[in-house]
Amino acid sequence: MTVSRRDFLKNSGALIVSLSSASLLPYASPQGPFDTHSSHIDPAQLDSWIAVGSDGTVTAFTGKCDFGQGMLTAQTQLVAEELCVPIARVKLVQCDTAVTPDQGTTSGSQSTPTNFNSDNLAQAAATARETLVMMAAKQWNELPDQLTVADGVVSSNTGHHIAFEQLIGSRRFYVPLSATARRHSPERWTVLGRPVPSLDRVALMTGQFEFVHNIRVPGMLHGRVIRPPQVGATLAHIDEGSVGHLPGIVKIVVCKNFVGVVAEKQWQAIQAARELKVAWHPGTGLPTQLEYYDFLRKQPSEDTLLVDSKDVEQRLAGAAKVLRASYVYPHQMHGSIGSSCAVADVKGDRATVWSATQSVYPTRSIVAKLLALPLDNVRVIYVRGSGCYGLNGADAVSFDAALMSQAVGRPVRVQLSRQDEMAWENCGAACVIDQRAGIDQNGAILAWACESWEASRGGRPGYDKPGNVITGVLLGYQSELSTPHGASEPNKPLRNRSNLVPSYFSGCVGGECGGAGTIRSERVLSHEVVSPFFTGPLRSPLRLQNTFAHECFMDEISASVKADPVAFRLKYLRDERMIDVVKAAAKAAKWDSRPSPAPGSSRSQIARGRGMACVAYEGDNGYASLVAEVSVDLASGRVQPLRFTAAVDSGPISNPDGLRNQAEGGLLQGMSRALMERVTWDDKTITSVDWETYSSLHLDIEVPVIDVVLIDHSGGPATGAGETAITLVAAAIGNAIFDAAGVRLREVPFTSERVRSAIAAIG
Amino acid sequence: MSRISLRVNGEVHSVDVDRETPLLFVLSDDLGLRGPKFGCGMAQCGSCTVLLRGHAVRSCVLPVGSVGEDEVTTLEGLGTPEKPHPLQQAFIEEGAAQCGFCLSGVILTAKAVLDDKPNASDEEIREALGGVLCRCFVHLRMLRAIRKYAAARKA
Repeated sequence: MTVSRRDFLKNSGALIVSLSSASLLPYASPQGPFDTHSSHIDPAQLDSWIAVGSDGTVTAFTGKCDFGQGMLTAQTQLVAEELCVPIARVKLVQCDTAVTPDQGTTSGSQSTPTNFNSDNLAQAAATARETLVMMAAKQWNELPDQLTVADGVVSSNTGHHIAFEQLIGSRRFYVPLSATARRHSPERWTVLGRPVPSLDRVALMTGQFEFVHNIRVPGMLHGRVIRPPQVGATLAHIDEGSVGHLPGIVKIVVCKNFVGVVAEKQWQAIQAARELKVAWHPGTGLPTQLEYYDFLRKQPSEDTLLVDSKDVEQRLAGAAKVLRASYVYPHQMHGSIGSSCAVADVKGDRATVWSATQSVYPTRSIVAKLLALPLDNVRVIYVRGSGCYGLNGADAVSFDAALMSQAVGRPVRVQLSRQDEMAWENCGAACVIDQRAGIDQNGAILAWACESWEASRGGRPGYDKPGNVITGVLLGYQSELSTPHGASEPNKPLRNRSNLVPSYFSGCVGGECGGAGTIRSERVLSHEVVSPFFTGPLRSPLRLQNTFAHECFMDEISASVKADPVAFRLKYLRDERMIDVVKAAAKAAKWDSRPSPAPGSSRSQIARGRGMACVAYEGDNGYASLVAEVSVDLASGRVQPLRFTAAVDSGPISNPDGLRNQAEGGLLQGMSRALMERVTWDDKTITSVDWETYSSLHLDIEVPVIDVVLIDHSGGPATGAGETAITLVAAAIGNAIFDAAGVRLREVPFTSERVRSAIAAIG
Repeated sequence: MSRISLRVNGEVHSVDVDRETPLLFVLSDDLGLRGPKFGCGMAQCGSCTVLLRGHAVRSCVLPVGSVGEDEVTTLEGLGTPEKPHPLQQAFIEEGAAQCGFCLSGVILTAKAVLDDKPNASDEEIREALGGVLCRCFVHLRMLRAIRKYAAARKA
């Protein structure tokens, strides 16, 4: 049996049946023009996105998948809205290389901008509606403008009615996406813009939802990997006899430095992986954690000058006062709660992989490369894993499963151990960020310069870089590394994708000013250096680290001139959406206008304070501000956030409940990262490898009061939303600690010990 | 390998496994249940939680041979999509999930503490959830759902 796009048209129930029984989904065989190859799922063609079944069911095919951030519900709403059908009639097929268009990776706050504006899924749904209206108009010999659509039925005021399925049911449209098809304007929305309950919630709460961890294929075996004990260690010898006494072992799979074991049962694979004696040559060693930030500064680096007004040094020299500060941010983990899992079925020259990857097409390319199979013979099907927050182990484990399945010729399910997940994940980048600002005698900023060092290694494997994650390196592929070179003069208009440039800069390059602020004397230099560990995008990658440094330093400047931190920020912002979010959060938080620190509070045992931070996420992909109120126990150094008041503007809001859920989760995840999360290591390997050694807020915390103000900027484009709130938390808490206790924390996480020492240092 | 009889979600199952196998793998691999999940394998996160003798236990470290005759309840045994348990219903109403991987730990741990202490204070509920992790950080909605259920139960 094969499943093709046509089957989705024929049988409206196909999606549910297929996704809940993995065995029914072998690779697609060549059947039709868009069944078999990505290039045949032409994103310019309507049929690649939308199909109307003979029962009126609308199947929509998307390359942006839901991993808990709400894309299933929001995209279903989008299609229902544009096609004027009830939500229940829309089936969304997500990320399957046999049937969905190649939309790259679901990441970087790009799903909403990509699929909800004037291209792709949104435009396809609008094109489908207009095409159906045209078909009806032609049939009745009426003008399309005279017709209306509701509930999947086209009607005319002359009394004609026809359902979509009667117009097109089970047939293809054979039309390209229309660039002029009109989207419903947000004022007219009836499905989008509503807090539609997430479509997966009943299945989730009742334990029925199928995660990739639940995929079971007939004849399936279980695999485990045996990773090296140290960074850079290479395989010396395997003593297969060491597990000879264990039952169920099917094969020990070895390929260069990759070692895995396949067994009949999961518990057998785990025991075999634990007991197998493997000798390794020593690793390459790691820099001392205590001196790590200095180590980063000394590494050869790939330099980028983002903006340089050329007058910064001169203005700093003439300033009444120059402030200098260094901020540092540690490597942190994705730390998905479920260790990564994938199932692969490789038979002969064909492979199917059920994967929680964010990138089905890139993963397909890598699997084809590692297994030496023709690209067309590999199918990667997205099945949700546990929340990933970026590049967790999902890609690596998909490669692990494919390798082991090929080695045994049977389907293999691989789930990583907690230690394998955490010791080898692509951590978030560590950063060092130096700040200098000159202030005149009136307390105005004369010039501001930032210089940063970001440690990275590898990242997303993309279509051709297996070495960007652990499995590829074990197989002998190289990781992508920065190439040391000096910076050239900025010659392109500023795109502030990593928020390297503070929001207060005018961001002028060649007369074009792409920043959100007014500071004209500006310089931003970044050094990318090689990390000893794998790194990769972790929710708000670099944007969070940079925003922490910029927003805290802005607070330092504000305090040094005894200005109110909100009023002082507003003086240097010119982007109206930024100004609006700052004012909205301050208003909702009943911001008490005065300079920091709070007068007299540091004399009480439990000091309270408030801090503000704001960001134009990636320059123009979402706007947010946050007021954090905290208490600080001056004796113990314990920081307790009491209230978060956030304002978020991400353009027209597809689903306010989904956006709130993202903002709330982002704020608390940001709190965990600000207060306790950091990767640790010794001289050989990462030592934070479980929930005892890597700290995370558990469910017993005192949850601060959370108030999220949604600004529905319906006139603009839809922007990213899932990463805005989290970007601000470390900065806002850091500023609130300063307000409460008069101490400036320039290193994340703000552990009680660090806060206590900082308080002791000021006496 | 030995033949073991297990009572799970109201049914009796007979499985042929090594008695030392953690209960989790029998539930998910042999019985095909989706509720309990492997998160850490060290009883540190709660994803594998099931109810046994009224307690929330971590099935990833519990040898199946030690379960005996007692009924095991998993998240799917608590209620069905058609008729969710009132606690599940509270989670549905509050939209208290993102990825949803942690829900066995959150819901079943809360159920156990409230069964044991119907008048549990907020602090006692939170304390019981001290070993439960949600990395999407849906804490706000989850605690709201639990309080809602606790209040309705008392009424």
